[in-house]
Amino acid sequence: MSTQSLVGTLNRKGQRIVEPEYLFFEAPRQQVFMTGSETVREAIRRAHLDISIAYPITPQSEAAALVGELYTEGYVGDYFRGESEFAVMSQCAGASFGGARVFTTTSGPGTLRAYENFPMWVGARLPIMINVMVRGINSPLNIQPDTLELGMITDTGMLIWHAETAQELFDYLLKGFIVAEQPDVHLPIAVAIDGFFVSHTKDMVMVTPPDLCLTPYDPYRSPVPCMDMEVPPIRMMRDPFVMKSNYISYATHASWQQETRAACERSRKHTVRLLGGLLEEENADADILIVSSGTAVAQGREAIRLLADEGIRVGIVKIKTIRPWPGEELRQATKNAKIIFVPEFNVVGWLAREIKASIDNNSRVVMGPHVAGGMTMPPEVIVEEIKKTLAKRKEELVHG
Amino acid sequence: MDKITINKEFYDIMPPEYRELVETATFGKPGRGWKDIGINKELIEEHSLCAGCPESIAFRYVMASLPNPEDTVMVGSTGCTSLVFPHVAVHNIHSLFGNQNAVASGLKRALAWRFPNKVKDVVVLAGDGATVDIGLDMTLQSWFRQEKFLTICFDNELYANTGGQESGLTQKGFVAKMAPAGKRFEKIRLPEIARESGCHYVASLTVSKPNRVEKAIKQGILIAREIGPTYLQLYTPCILEIGKQSMEGLAEMRDSEGPGERFEFKEYISEEAKAYLAKIEAEKKLAQAPAAVPAKA
Repeated sequence: MSTQSLVGTLNRKGQRIVEPEYLFFEAPRQQVFMTGSETVREAIRRAHLDISIAYPITPQSEAAALVGELYTEGYVGDYFRGESEFAVMSQCAGASFGGARVFTTTSGPGTLRAYENFPMWVGARLPIMINVMVRGINSPLNIQPDTLELGMITDTGMLIWHAETAQELFDYLLKGFIVAEQPDVHLPIAVAIDGFFVSHTKDMVMVTPPDLCLTPYDPYRSPVPCMDMEVPPIRMMRDPFVMKSNYISYATHASWQQETRAACERSRKHTVRLLGGLLEEENADADILIVSSGTAVAQGREAIRLLADEGIRVGIVKIKTIRPWPGEELRQATKNAKIIFVPEFNVVGWLAREIKASIDNNSRVVMGPHVAGGMTMPPEVIVEEIKKTLAKRKEELVHG
Repeated sequence: MDKITINKEFYDIMPPEYRELVETATFGKPGRGWKDIGINKELIEEHSLCAGCPESIAFRYVMASLPNPEDTVMVGSTGCTSLVFPHVAVHNIHSLFGNQNAVASGLKRALAWRFPNKVKDVVVLAGDGATVDIGLDMTLQSWFRQEKFLTICFDNELYANTGGQESGLTQKGFVAKMAPAGKRFEKIRLPEIARESGCHYVASLTVSKPNRVEKAIKQGILIAREIGPTYLQLYTPCILEIGKQSMEGLAEMRDSEGPGERFEFKEYISEEAKAYLAKIEAEKKLAQAPAAVPAKA
């Protein structure tokens, strides 16, 4: 059964199923002033979602609870509170193995509590959507935004998109399901936002009509069998690979990891089509560039405005997808830059590290400014970092 | 069964054991049970366990006793059982160690949502480390939530697959790896905990008596399907780790199920489940009774 054939019919809630592209690009939109958490609810309302499983942790609790309201309204097939993030992600796995479209949310310590599940989702090719509302993971206890956890999930094999605004959150959630569920991708996807900055602030969001929804997930387009006993299984394999210490076993494990990474790369073409590219550039021909993701980009834009007032021209490159990593795109976008600043909401600068590993002449990359532990990053901090670095370089040029 | 067939074009290239499975296995046969073993093709092709491992015969009884294998999905965990599952002819999931009852919760709900008019059974089968130690939280929480599936624990009283370490179900005093001075606390009484946690059917037994195993499996699945969570704890000793020969597993189980022994057969059935079983029995009798002569007008 192709779910495309359901276009034009009604789902169990009575919403009209429309082509995803129609919903994304053509359906009429209405402006709503709402928080990031409410934006999650509105995206999921239109997502033809089968199952969501929730667990409380600040700052994602409100969004997770609002999805629960959708369940009582009949927009979501089933919903419950699990007992921990580790359990929740396993429950999501079970539901996805059973052919359901699945959504959950998490934050900071919860992401780490759940961690073991993420590479398992990838290896099992479960296209689960997880909304990561980043939060500090340090001790002492901290509930404030900090993107360290995103750096920690980059190599799990999941797709990772980083939304800057509530509008992007709305669009990425809906588009994310469609990209993640493509037969040549079929991987879990994390749509990240910066906790509080996006989840708890109100913003104008253009939303599609609530009576239109995505086509449902079709588990029979999966590259691996759906575990519902609808397709005869007979045995899955003759020998369990886990117990074989031989070349075939090693080769199987190695090639499957390569395949899941390749699947992530194959998501590029779908992502470019729906997001318009993995990067977004503004004045990228400038000598000085800011490269970042999430709300650090918004702060970067403000810094650019302040610097322009002083006659300093700075461009910006926004990274929309952490995975797939836009390495080649970054190389191109930064090829004329003389110096590159990477403002980040974490103490280690993992994004700057990734950028350094991708571009030529990486001494151009300034790993900063950083704030961490929930500090805000006023544009002045970026301005100061840029001016300080420029002055230092000038001095080196004169005296060095 | 319509869905378990072979495309004619591919028939000649299918492996013989696949053809046997399609032609002589007991998919879709309501009266299936352990007595089919040796007559009909089993749903378990081979096993990768040690010679004489009681777990292997337990696995075969379980597979032979599923009332609805054509619509049953099993969830396993890491351990000796995960070496057998790839040979099993029903869909089965291995994801991580200890999360089996969480996976089964999501799976059962997904199948219930996707197939509202069809019975889809979910059965968890995991070892004692997975059920009682690393996965205890998720085991219990699935019972508290009244998730509708059967949990089977193959209790071999230690971590066998990793080489014989102490588990929560190891007997007190037993010297195992990681319990060099002998286990210092009692074997966890999970059947009692299961009852208190909301299971509607709990049985603790060895696998020395196939009739009893079959009945427990069937009751566990039927009650889980209609009423709520059920739990079976089956003693499947690790002969390797207790120093027995491959032919001594059966005797070990018999010795452990005598009166007052730790695996003396015990069964708990909730009132709700009792009423349900009585209803099924009554319906069965009614179906077997000679049809009443219709009254003439």
